[in-house]
Amino acid sequence: MAQKTMIQAITDALAVELENDKDVLVFGEDVGKNGGVFRATADLQDKFGEEQVFDTPLAESGIMGLSFGLALEGYRAVPEIQFFGFVFEAMDEIVGQIARTRYRMGSTRNLPITLRAPFGGGVHTPELHSDNLEGLIAQAPGIRVVIPSNPYDAKGLLISSIKSNDPVVYLEHMKLYRSFREEVPDGEYEVPLDKAGIAKEGNDITIVTYGAMVRESLKAAENLAKENISVEVIDLRTVSPIDMETIIASVEKTNRVVVVQEAQKQAGVAAKISSDIAEKAILSLEAPIGRVSAPDTVFPFGQAEGIWLPNAADIEEKVKEIANF
Amino acid sequence: MAKKKTIDFQALLNEVDTLFPTYQALDQDGNVVDESLVPDLSDEQLVELMSRMVWSRVLDQRSTALNRQGRLGFFAPTAGQEASQLASHFAFEKEDVLLPGYRDVPQLIKHGLPLYQAFLWSRGHVVGNEYKDDLQALPPQIIIGAQYVQAAGVALGLKKRGKKNVAFTYTGDGGSSQGDFYEAINFAGAYKANGVFYIQNNGFAISTPRDQQTAATTLAQKAVAAGIPGIQVDGMDPLAVYTVSKLAREWAANGNGPVLIEAVTYRYGAHTLSGDDPTRYRSKELDDEWQKKDPLIRFRNYLQNKGLWTKEQEEEVMENAKQEIKDAIAEADKVPKQKVSDFLKNMFEEQPQNIQEQIKFYEAKESK
Repeated sequence: MAQKTMIQAITDALAVELENDKDVLVFGEDVGKNGGVFRATADLQDKFGEEQVFDTPLAESGIMGLSFGLALEGYRAVPEIQFFGFVFEAMDEIVGQIARTRYRMGSTRNLPITLRAPFGGGVHTPELHSDNLEGLIAQAPGIRVVIPSNPYDAKGLLISSIKSNDPVVYLEHMKLYRSFREEVPDGEYEVPLDKAGIAKEGNDITIVTYGAMVRESLKAAENLAKENISVEVIDLRTVSPIDMETIIASVEKTNRVVVVQEAQKQAGVAAKISSDIAEKAILSLEAPIGRVSAPDTVFPFGQAEGIWLPNAADIEEKVKEIANF
Repeated sequence: MAKKKTIDFQALLNEVDTLFPTYQALDQDGNVVDESLVPDLSDEQLVELMSRMVWSRVLDQRSTALNRQGRLGFFAPTAGQEASQLASHFAFEKEDVLLPGYRDVPQLIKHGLPLYQAFLWSRGHVVGNEYKDDLQALPPQIIIGAQYVQAAGVALGLKKRGKKNVAFTYTGDGGSSQGDFYEAINFAGAYKANGVFYIQNNGFAISTPRDQQTAATTLAQKAVAAGIPGIQVDGMDPLAVYTVSKLAREWAANGNGPVLIEAVTYRYGAHTLSGDDPTRYRSKELDDEWQKKDPLIRFRNYLQNKGLWTKEQEEEVMENAKQEIKDAIAEADKVPKQKVSDFLKNMFEEQPQNIQEQIKFYEAKESK
């Protein structure tokens, strides 16, 4: 085992699957020689050749259409969209075509496609690079949205996604790429899709979150422990569809919950979780469901990210409010 | 001081036009005008192609009638496009992958989709899209141009597998305005993938005339920007359509890269039977002019002159087609109603919690 950053864990997962299955194809803009703008695919073309790892012309709808066709021919397509904010160009192929093909063809065809893309705030990108658009895809039935929060999960979830016969949108938070290291096993292992993880056990209040907000929530939980508030942190890992069993079991134990997301408040993942908790466990609750999110503006200009993005302090404040209700 | 160079932009435009003549083998009376474009088809094959075109005309007429009786759902008329549709399809192999637009149902059926399933698709029943493994095709595409980018992917997949097969796909003149159209031919060109991309230019995208789609004189010339061959063919001429398709298929199957074909054709009917009224945007004169170019008249004359086709033969094909349609409607009527629980099971191979819960709920509801 070795200490790895999240991006190294992702590269590792791609290498493992490219090696194990020659039908796995990794492609996208600049993924070949350049190894991707974040180097997620660094050296993969050298190791596996241009047949398995290749650059595409610059056109997102074309990339996803290519994925559709290759998957139909029995390949496991692992396309990269360079930044998830560019996904609008490919929305028809992802949501209108790939997500519904199994349904549309009465389950006579599968499309094993794992779309990888970086996203998320805090790294001062120009506009339309960082946007949290997971809620947009989560609105569509037939496609999973997977968001890892740490290197171990990143590798195991990516391997599970590539091996799955169902399509997956796998989103990599840019701020997590190189911010810390963790033990990551060599070779193949899987972290199951559709299953949330308990990032930290606790008894007084549950935080449900995902992606970069898991780190912020853990920081908040550490501070709150000093004030004798025991926080349980649930890391969703798959944000669509959502593992409500794990959430409900935790809420039934702690009787209080705060849902945290980096994305804007309107609609989206936290809204879905809040309404499901209200539907399934309202009598377990001893306080309103708390929510921490970004405000309902367009994703901010780089210099304003510090004030716009939710952080550990915001989470602490909301948890105290709900804990003391 | 040197004299500044003058560039004649009009001449540049005119030069492009000379590169895209309309290929034609038969004139509108069925006389051979270009022997070099007459394909090496046996007498039996020529008769088979004519039979398919007549079958398609009957299917169009019967589908229109069935739609009006409420026994079919969505229908996009095909009459006028028989050469463009059936003669192009005739040039492909069963193992070639067909990615059709919503008007390309006749080709799908000839590619192996049972007729009753085509009717179920029209009625909005999922069984219409349950394709057997050996049917190398996708269901008709609704989003204009989406099948083009998918075809580029299939074409690349076939090339990677080392197969001598192609992906072939159809869109209309309106489809050639879509970004996906260009992305597809550009991708397939960049990878020299095994694709044949068809534009069936029937003059109108619903009501918008061809000359408002683009300033380009032909749609075939759009291939130039992708670095692939583009060719325009008389889409009312089955022999020219077949020859051009066959040559394009061979070119693409042999690893030379994709081809773009523009077939100039016409739909006599409405865009679809869902409320479109072509008299709002088309004149009777224009309809009459195109009727004179009818692919069936043209091919019938050609075959009769060769002693290969008679009125009796045509009537027999028509009677058989009507019987086949009648049987298929009866078969479609027997298919059980759809269930929401089945829809839910089709969403994912591995069912997540929300789907499992909802399956239980709907199975209980459906068992009542």
